[in-house]
Amino acid sequence: MTETFISWGMDPTWAWGVATICGILLIALPLMLSVAMIIYADRKIWAAIALRRGPNVVGPFGLLQSFADGLKVFLQETIIPTSANRGLFLIAPIITFTVALMAWAVIPFNSGAVLADINVGLLYILAISSLGVYGVILSGWASNSKYPFFSAMRASAQMISYEVSIGFILIGVVLFADSFNMNEIVKAQIGHGLGIVNAFGFNLLLFPLAVMFLISSLAETARAPFDLTEAESELVAGYQTEYSSMSFALFWLGEYANVLLMCTLNAILFWGGWLPPLDWAPLYVVPGIIWLFAKILLFFFIFSWVKATVPRYRYDQLMRLGWKVFLPISLLWIFLISGYLMLTRYS
Amino acid sequence: MIQLFAFYLFATIVIASAAMVIFARNPVHSVMWLILAFFNAAGLMLLAGAEFIAMLLVIVYVGAVAVLFLFVVMMLNIDFAELRAGFVRYLPLGALVAIILVAELVFAVGAWQAGGVDLAARAAPAATDTSNIQQIGELLYTRYIFLFEAAGIVLLVAMIGAIVLTHRQRGGVRTQNISAQNRRRPEDATRLVDPGVGQGMEL
Repeated sequence: MTETFISWGMDPTWAWGVATICGILLIALPLMLSVAMIIYADRKIWAAIALRRGPNVVGPFGLLQSFADGLKVFLQETIIPTSANRGLFLIAPIITFTVALMAWAVIPFNSGAVLADINVGLLYILAISSLGVYGVILSGWASNSKYPFFSAMRASAQMISYEVSIGFILIGVVLFADSFNMNEIVKAQIGHGLGIVNAFGFNLLLFPLAVMFLISSLAETARAPFDLTEAESELVAGYQTEYSSMSFALFWLGEYANVLLMCTLNAILFWGGWLPPLDWAPLYVVPGIIWLFAKILLFFFIFSWVKATVPRYRYDQLMRLGWKVFLPISLLWIFLISGYLMLTRYS
Repeated sequence: MIQLFAFYLFATIVIASAAMVIFARNPVHSVMWLILAFFNAAGLMLLAGAEFIAMLLVIVYVGAVAVLFLFVVMMLNIDFAELRAGFVRYLPLGALVAIILVAELVFAVGAWQAGGVDLAARAAPAATDTSNIQQIGELLYTRYIFLFEAAGIVLLVAMIGAIVLTHRQRGGVRTQNISAQNRRRPEDATRLVDPGVGQGMEL
């Protein structure tokens, strides 16, 4: 995009700045819109599985429900509990929301269509997602209330536990792709399965990692069945209990933006990202962004499906799954993958 | 131009937030300032072209170490009046440590400037054509392999030590037997009976 602005006669520095700002807006605004629609989709899918109608009053088929909700929270009063730590109480949702947006900077939407094409893209995502825990801890602590604090403790323990195994899973992908750059990872998947399927997930060595990554991403975003942080029966509304109005809405938007991000990562790392499913010329006619969106929506459907069907885990089961199952298996898989690559690619 | 601006921005925030870590009254605020300092240090690393180190700094220090700090600070009830009470008593010792650190910094910079040590011959030459991660990997696994392995062993021993110190067997604790729970079937726990009228049943 920078070249376009330079060709319009702009100074290179200014062109870069304007292009970056345009890129940020081009990602953030549609993202917010899709978060609104994805909340609607989540409620509709959930309702359909429970044989209900779901939102159907505001707009045709209830399509405008999320916007009505957004307007409602926007008009509400922001209530700050008297004994809360004011500054941190207000910063916490902002951190959650900002971090949820920041990670999108390195997501490739098409060949070369990425805001920051850095060669440590995957590490950047790990770094940013490790920040997400601060919004939760701070909100729990600053609320100065029992339930939010318990929830914050649970949430941070959960996020840290699953980040460890996510890190190892990502190393498996990086070993195969030979790069930390997101675009390179996508390109490494061309014809990976039997020379025709564009996905790491079709590799028998990587398929278990893909499954573990899907489950870990459910845990990382604290979605059902791992939504212990918001377990209504135990913790009221978890760390969001004391929040109202826009500060609550920021948590809400950030949470769904994170869910979308995790769906996107699943699609990019294991299922070919913006590549069509098969390495067959006519399929490349469809723009890459459409393939990516189709994959994201498929994973989002899986997320909603799981939310509607699977009962909540107990806390000790959650920790056991993270530390005693995923961590050893992902470590073992690193050995297997590097051994396999040493025998085949680097011998 | 923009690099210069970014450098001064990051450097100022690092120093200011490092000072605020000490001056903040609330320990949780101190940790937050520390996190800001880590962040901006990562920014400085990026400007120096060490993007891998910058990302590791954020992942390890902000993502793990600072979370641990925050946990400890939130859970402990630190009495600040008591901590401040000893300020004058510990001032000479603190000042001594500070003077030693400053003197060492001055010596280090002085020796660097004097050029007495042939640093270029000692440090491994940096390859410029490959990425950061590859350069570090090639050095760590060839030239510095023994140091690297030794560091790994030290960490392993520390980890085992921490587990040994905190692990204790307590009697009379009921723990979850997950495999027994998973093996359990409806037939083991439930029984369908059809008692006659007025007979009741024995459990």
